[in-house]
Amino acid sequence: METEMITLEINGKAVTVPKGTSILNAAKAAHIKIPTLCYHPDLKPGASCGICVVRQLVPSRNPADNGKLVPSPKMLRACCTEATAGMHILTHDPDIVQVRKTVLELILANHPQDCLQCPRSGSCELQAIAADFGIRDIPFPKEVIHRDPDNSTPSIVLNSDKCIKCGRCAEVCQEMQNVWALEFIGRGEKTVMAPAAGVKLAESPCIKCGQCSAHCPVGAIYENDETAKVWAALRDPEKTCLVQIAPAVRVAVGEAFGMKPGELTTGKIYAALRMLGFDKVFDTNFSADVTIMEEGTEFIKRFTEGGTLPLLTSCCPAWTDWMEKYAPDFTENFSTAKSPQQMLSALAKSYWPEKNGVDPAKVHVTSIMPCTAKKHEIIRDEFMKSTGFQDTDVVLTTRELARMIKAAGIDFASLPEEPADKLLGEYTGAGTIFGVTGGVMEAALRTAYCLITGEAKPPSIDFKEVRGMEGVKKATIDIKGTKVNIAVAHQMGNVEKVLNEIREDRRNGVKPRYDFIEVMACRGGCIGGGGQPCLATDAVRAQRTAGIYTDDEKCTLRMSHLNPEVQALYKDYLGGKTGAQGGEKAHHLLHTGYKKIDVYHFE
Amino acid sequence: MSEKLETMTPELKAFVEEWKSKPGNLIMVLHRVQQTYGYIPRNIAIEISTMLDVPLAKIYGVVTFYNFFRLQKSGKYNVQVCLGTACYLRGGDDIIKEFERRLGVGLNATTEDGLFSVEAVRCLGCCGLAPVAVVNGEVHGKLETKDVEGIIEQYRKLG
Amino acid sequence: MAYESYVLVCGGTACCSGGADKIIEAFANELEAAGLKEKVQVVATGCLGFCEQGPIVKILPQGTFYVQVKAEDVKEIVAEHLVKGRVVQRLCYDPEQAKKLVAEANIPFYQKQYRIVLRNCGVIDPEKIEDYIARDGYKAIEKVLFEMTPEQVVDEMLKSGLRGRGGAGFPTGMKWKFAQQQPKGQKYMVCNADEGDPGAYMDRSTLEGDPHSILEAMTIAGYAIGASKGFIYIRAEYPLAIHRLEVAIAQAHELGLLGDDILGSGFSFDIELRFGAGAFVCGEETALLQSIEGNRGMPKPRPPFPAVKGLWGRPTVINNVETLANIPVIINKGADWFSKIGTATTKGTKVFALTGKVNNSGLIEVPMGTTLREIIFDIGGGIRGGHKFKAAQTGGPSGGIIPEQFLDTPIDYESLAKIGSIMGSGGLIVMDETDCVVDIAKFYLDFTVDESCGKCAPCRIGGRKLLNYLKKITDGRGTEQDIKDMEAICDAMNKASLCGLGQTASNPVKSTLRYFMDEYMEHIHDKKCRSGKCSKLIQYKIDPAKCKGCTMCARKCPAGAISGTVKNPHVIDQTKCIKCGACESTCKFGAISHG
Repeated sequence: METEMITLEINGKAVTVPKGTSILNAAKAAHIKIPTLCYHPDLKPGASCGICVVRQLVPSRNPADNGKLVPSPKMLRACCTEATAGMHILTHDPDIVQVRKTVLELILANHPQDCLQCPRSGSCELQAIAADFGIRDIPFPKEVIHRDPDNSTPSIVLNSDKCIKCGRCAEVCQEMQNVWALEFIGRGEKTVMAPAAGVKLAESPCIKCGQCSAHCPVGAIYENDETAKVWAALRDPEKTCLVQIAPAVRVAVGEAFGMKPGELTTGKIYAALRMLGFDKVFDTNFSADVTIMEEGTEFIKRFTEGGTLPLLTSCCPAWTDWMEKYAPDFTENFSTAKSPQQMLSALAKSYWPEKNGVDPAKVHVTSIMPCTAKKHEIIRDEFMKSTGFQDTDVVLTTRELARMIKAAGIDFASLPEEPADKLLGEYTGAGTIFGVTGGVMEAALRTAYCLITGEAKPPSIDFKEVRGMEGVKKATIDIKGTKVNIAVAHQMGNVEKVLNEIREDRRNGVKPRYDFIEVMACRGGCIGGGGQPCLATDAVRAQRTAGIYTDDEKCTLRMSHLNPEVQALYKDYLGGKTGAQGGEKAHHLLHTGYKKIDVYHFE
Repeated sequence: MSEKLETMTPELKAFVEEWKSKPGNLIMVLHRVQQTYGYIPRNIAIEISTMLDVPLAKIYGVVTFYNFFRLQKSGKYNVQVCLGTACYLRGGDDIIKEFERRLGVGLNATTEDGLFSVEAVRCLGCCGLAPVAVVNGEVHGKLETKDVEGIIEQYRKLG
Repeated sequence: MAYESYVLVCGGTACCSGGADKIIEAFANELEAAGLKEKVQVVATGCLGFCEQGPIVKILPQGTFYVQVKAEDVKEIVAEHLVKGRVVQRLCYDPEQAKKLVAEANIPFYQKQYRIVLRNCGVIDPEKIEDYIARDGYKAIEKVLFEMTPEQVVDEMLKSGLRGRGGAGFPTGMKWKFAQQQPKGQKYMVCNADEGDPGAYMDRSTLEGDPHSILEAMTIAGYAIGASKGFIYIRAEYPLAIHRLEVAIAQAHELGLLGDDILGSGFSFDIELRFGAGAFVCGEETALLQSIEGNRGMPKPRPPFPAVKGLWGRPTVINNVETLANIPVIINKGADWFSKIGTATTKGTKVFALTGKVNNSGLIEVPMGTTLREIIFDIGGGIRGGHKFKAAQTGGPSGGIIPEQFLDTPIDYESLAKIGSIMGSGGLIVMDETDCVVDIAKFYLDFTVDESCGKCAPCRIGGRKLLNYLKKITDGRGTEQDIKDMEAICDAMNKASLCGLGQTASNPVKSTLRYFMDEYMEHIHDKKCRSGKCSKLIQYKIDPAKCKGCTMCARKCPAGAISGTVKNPHVIDQTKCIKCGACESTCKFGAISHG
């Protein structure tokens, strides 16, 4: 379908753009980046801050001017106003700039002035725009309404003192994520972004996905920084410090060091972690391969023996939390396999100490994740203590790791590549693609194909139908005549409709239309996680995604069951059986259970 | 402080059923809730959330936006003093201060015995009688500060 | 059944609280006792407008106008007036002991009024559809449905020159035209009955006194734009108006004047009530639509305008109550007739709620072009209590202060805008020299800050800053820099706020600065409030001629602000004085006063 194009004038320059383009985006074609603050390309324009104001040129009302075009005294917001054919826009004049400056000064007057101690110093959008406008002095009296921060969850901190009421977090939590933990509460200057009924975040539907923190322009929502715990463990001579990194971290952490999104920094991360003082450096991609063994065999068992279908992936803890709160009718469908993080940690405190003659009580496991929900996952329930200890001791987000590396003075970008340590460090391409939406499904299909058909590999190693940014991807995979119906959903807001399709099938008493569903709570999958470097947009997500697929293609081995360290694990430790195959050890260490959780907890 | 658990009345239930399919029903339903209980009880809000399939966060977002809705019960006799321009010019804020003084409570708070609460309200449209106070629907106009004591006594006698 | 006489008792909320229902009850009893029940009808009508003098009773056919009637007076009225035909002189309007005026038409309050919008208020029983029909009610919808096309109806509106009475003055015909031009499909007609300006009760009176006029108007509008559904968004604080509308809607349904296939024309239109819940901002169009949708009343950017994309994304026309009340008359009497009333740019009449320091506070309706002087002095009877006119205010929190030099300004949209105010919805507040303009600006900003929805930074933060500056100034701590800072904020709020509330919130500040800068300077430099309203600026002074130097005051002063030697006149240090008044009450010689 042809897109209709329209032409308008911006600062006297003719510009042609597709119909429906906002003035903000149309202006880019005229070399103008209209300043914005509350606007975010992921979301509907909030139209709240008042910074992006521009003017139209309109026919003069003065008869002497003969209808000449003059700047209108009124201003309108560029972010939400559609550019129309024949429009004349003035993006800036001294008056417009002054109005923007005054609005900015008003916002700053009600904002705490402690940039130096703020978690967003250096990546704060308010700080950036204040610097751009050359703010030196705030003429208005300062007034900050103080409320104690909400740090009830282990994952995220809400600091309303710094909130500029842009509304992004509510829009994200409601429309993008369909969680509805946060909303505008109150009115006027008393507005806060908070859960209903005065409860704290931990008592609300919050799934700790951290997407609010990933979209917050300032330091009003941020990750719970636990680097101190890690420094303490590294300092402790009694502890053997192991660390694992998630697939999505390697294509994003470089952004904190001036590298492009998507640049593969795997070897550098291993090197940096060793330099920080970790005793052994492992890779969650290894346990992603293990997850495929566990979940792949689980799927085949259910698929061939009439077990509960569809099988739902369970590696995303925010998704698990959402399911337990909003969709407990799918508990039986969930794969009992733990997440790769938890599998590796469990093995790190059982398998690894045994093979290396180390007392498991002295093993400390840090996990570097693109995710804030993982900080909650590690203390969810007793299954996360399957080794007799808390399997994962600390989770750090990508952002926290970057700060540790900087504090240590390590010149990350210049580091030579190093390999991971043995036993829990090797991975196949299937493991690394866990970091993107569709990756778990693709990895599972690669192995399932081989296990079902007995063949060495599928006709195509790539299953492109599960890739991409579309909210829900559906496909029927033909495994030599056996049809497997799959669905892949990412961004929590896209998931409920898929579940509703299954519910409809249940009501009608028909076979569920999907056999296997992958869900990732964050847009784009883990590469867009709530703990990744801030200010991600679809453009950044696309780059990180490309990096992951490059990592996959670089691997010699691209199917989980071919990972030699995985094969060794089953042979030497797990008695050659996965949980689905009756392996007791595998079941105990690598599998979990689920429960119904109240959406709200009131005292 | 644990909240009182109110029971959903059959009339309220019927009202919600009637309005369930109408788009934009939330505020009308909340009005009926407030009419029934004198405020919006939390457990009723939760029931409404289920019945209308509306997230609780949205309900509280609406309730806390609109001044009309209360999250706590007001006094048996709710004194609403008009602070419209005409009433203000004719001494409305003095009337408010006198009520506060005599009842010993600030605005939007309830007296210890649960009998009285005072609030400043927007223009009631009785500007010809400025300054005006309304107590449970009864209009008291052309007030002077010396009238306040008498009005309080009038309702206190009713108990 | 024809009655010989009619007793009209004003039943507006104000008169109700004055005892109108007891008066009605008394009439029923007395007429029964006098055997006149079949000959005299008692009608509870809508607001007659003369609120200062309520409760009002009007006797027809003579048109005798009784004011400040009490239930105890009814016996005499029945015995004297209705039985014997003798006017009860003591209950007639008696301005300044001049002459007792019997007829409404002679009362100065009414002489310059032209009641089109309020045509039925005070005349009919608003709960009787027959009364409305008897006075040309539902004639217009009949004409529209059977003799006019939707395009012709829109053209008639355009020709009439009717402009929105909610305050902005946008041509009603144009708004209807935009909506009509949208592709066919679900469209909506909305009546904005969220009258929120403090000091304004025009819409309430119209809805209570003549609800059918609004229903008929909305149906006409629905036909013109192609809408099948109407909503009346009405303040929850107007229970009587809500009741009257509910009764009217039921009655209209019964007679086939609302609902499916109206009058057999094939056109269907129905109306539903939706309540506000105490948010002034919901009087703004996009916020109002958000509220009908069951959301927080936070405005949305325009464009797109509601006529193109409104309620649930559909084309929607929103009209104010007063705008609508004009529609049936325009259809019946023609756009030409309407456009002859008023001025070149502003046609028709305007209803005002005239309140404040006037003698005759009440509801009035005058042709556009009437001057402020005529309204305040001829109709309003001038300033009460022997005080002096200082300023008038129109437009509520969005409007400006109008000083004496503009008293001869004719009321029309452009003339008021030129002097820094707006027409507004009709609140017209009159102030005298005991009112402080800085305090009034502060009052309005207090309102705005409380009512701001909080979505956009310029209004949410700017409004509070303005209020704080004004508090600072009325507390005697203001500086000239504060004025400059306020002006910068006013400009940013006006240009960068998302909706009309924020865009106009600075008008009270801007207009008072423009016309009363000297008073601001007095507050700032002299720490003086000439009207005596700002309590922190009251100054206590010792008259040296009366002071005996007894030192009592100096000893009583808790702030140590009084100095002087024995037997010599004492002096109060204003910078230390805390305005407690102890000195004044101590002085036995009357030497200390405050002002």
